[in-house]
Amino acid sequence: MKHIVTLKTRNLCESAAKGGCGECQTSCQSACKTSCGIANQKCENTNSVKENK
Amino acid sequence: MIHCYQLGGYNIVLDVCSGAVHAVDELAYDMIGQFEQSSETELLNAMQKKYPQVPREELQECYGQINALREDGQLFTPDVFEPMAGKLKEKSAGVIKALCLHVAHTCNLNCAYCFASQGKYNGERAVMSFEVGKQALDFLVEHSGSRHNLEVDFFGGEPLMNFQVVKDLVAYARSIEKTAGKNFRFTLTTNGMLIDDDVIDFANREMSNVVLSLDGRKEVHDRYRVDYAGNGSWERIVPKFQKLVEARGGKNYYMRGTFTHYNPDFLNDIRQMLDLGFTELSMEPVVCAPDDPAALTEEDKKIVLEQYEKLAELMLERDREGMPFTFYHYMIDLRGGPCIYKRISGCGSGTEYMAVTPWGDLYPCHQFVGDEHFKLGDIWHGLNNPEVQGQFASCNVYAKPECRDCWARLYCSGGCAANAYHATGSITGVYETGCELFRKRMECAIMLAVARSAENAEE
Repeated sequence: MKHIVTLKTRNLCESAAKGGCGECQTSCQSACKTSCGIANQKCENTNSVKENK
Repeated sequence: MIHCYQLGGYNIVLDVCSGAVHAVDELAYDMIGQFEQSSETELLNAMQKKYPQVPREELQECYGQINALREDGQLFTPDVFEPMAGKLKEKSAGVIKALCLHVAHTCNLNCAYCFASQGKYNGERAVMSFEVGKQALDFLVEHSGSRHNLEVDFFGGEPLMNFQVVKDLVAYARSIEKTAGKNFRFTLTTNGMLIDDDVIDFANREMSNVVLSLDGRKEVHDRYRVDYAGNGSWERIVPKFQKLVEARGGKNYYMRGTFTHYNPDFLNDIRQMLDLGFTELSMEPVVCAPDDPAALTEEDKKIVLEQYEKLAELMLERDREGMPFTFYHYMIDLRGGPCIYKRISGCGSGTEYMAVTPWGDLYPCHQFVGDEHFKLGDIWHGLNNPEVQGQFASCNVYAKPECRDCWARLYCSGGCAANAYHATGSITGVYETGCELFRKRMECAIMLAVARSAENAEE
């Protein structure tokens, strides 16, 4: 019996290899202006898309 | 580090450092909670006692599944990221890729809760000239290094009080972006009072995103968002917002509201926005001094936390009814979200992101404008405040002792520097109320992802 369902997520440890391009949106620019969260940012590094496939 | 919580009927386990998200049954939930503190035999015996009806083999199977995830780096992953903290900022030292242009330090509304003190930022009323704005755009291009995407916000005060300059600056940016090898993304934040067909046409053509300020219910909105004669603005702006959004044809926008002590039940304001036909929504807790009448109290906070849960439930209901909507803080891209460098670097204020005053002074972000100590320089002579620049460059999630044991640290990357400063006097401090609300929002956002995944699997 399967006790655990794991959602498909980006592996943060692996993202260290190709990440850090800095092209993604600056946090707080788009809507909130009074808080900070990076969870809703999209990665804009085309290399990292391959990393997930 | 793991974070286990129960919400919306789901048992959820986050593996903080790998980013893995697991939906588990009750047995696995209990077992994971005690996994690191007990030997296999101790754990199986404890579970046998709690679940006498479950065969021993089943318990062993569950244990094996947990252990397999641990060995695969999806559970109990150690935090090895600290040496990377600051690397992104080091790599991009001197690179600026986003500016908040304060094109108008003046406003046609007189909202008492405004962090920008009615657009004046505790200074004189002023509007930005084209020359200043043009120099700011040149400054941005010149300092953007190899970055392709450059972000520019037209902010205020009320930026449409200086609309011609906004139009001229966009035209100027478009005239140089190809040669410069850049892509400008513009955002306009407006209270809506001056929206007309010309603004709608321009905004929908040129703005990647439009942020429209609406607090929700008429009585809530009109409590604060009044003109200088004290008249509420709701009746005047709502039809304009509706027209703009309809004409926008699916391009990004946010209805952005603020909730205060007077409407901690902000879900009613979300419902009002939905009733008006808006689907891209953002509601933010007010940012103000603790003794301000608008400030959220401890009692309010309890209501707000509950409202966040109810909001997630409403979103699932609306999904099922085929009428989905977006809440900014519940947007979470688990598969393609930010890399670890971004997650530990902080928001970029004072390094890759700065605010420009109408006269060309540079500040770490719009929330620091008006506080002379934080002035970083100006757009003609560049940056000349190495002490404050250094503070922002070294501000990351590992620079904040309180964040080390927080499961949400890789979702907020240490939080808002301005909120931290205003709450504690230091940008590496922690604004605890903000953290508490943020953690609840993340729990709800991840629960939504789990629920949507489960519901899709059933279909």
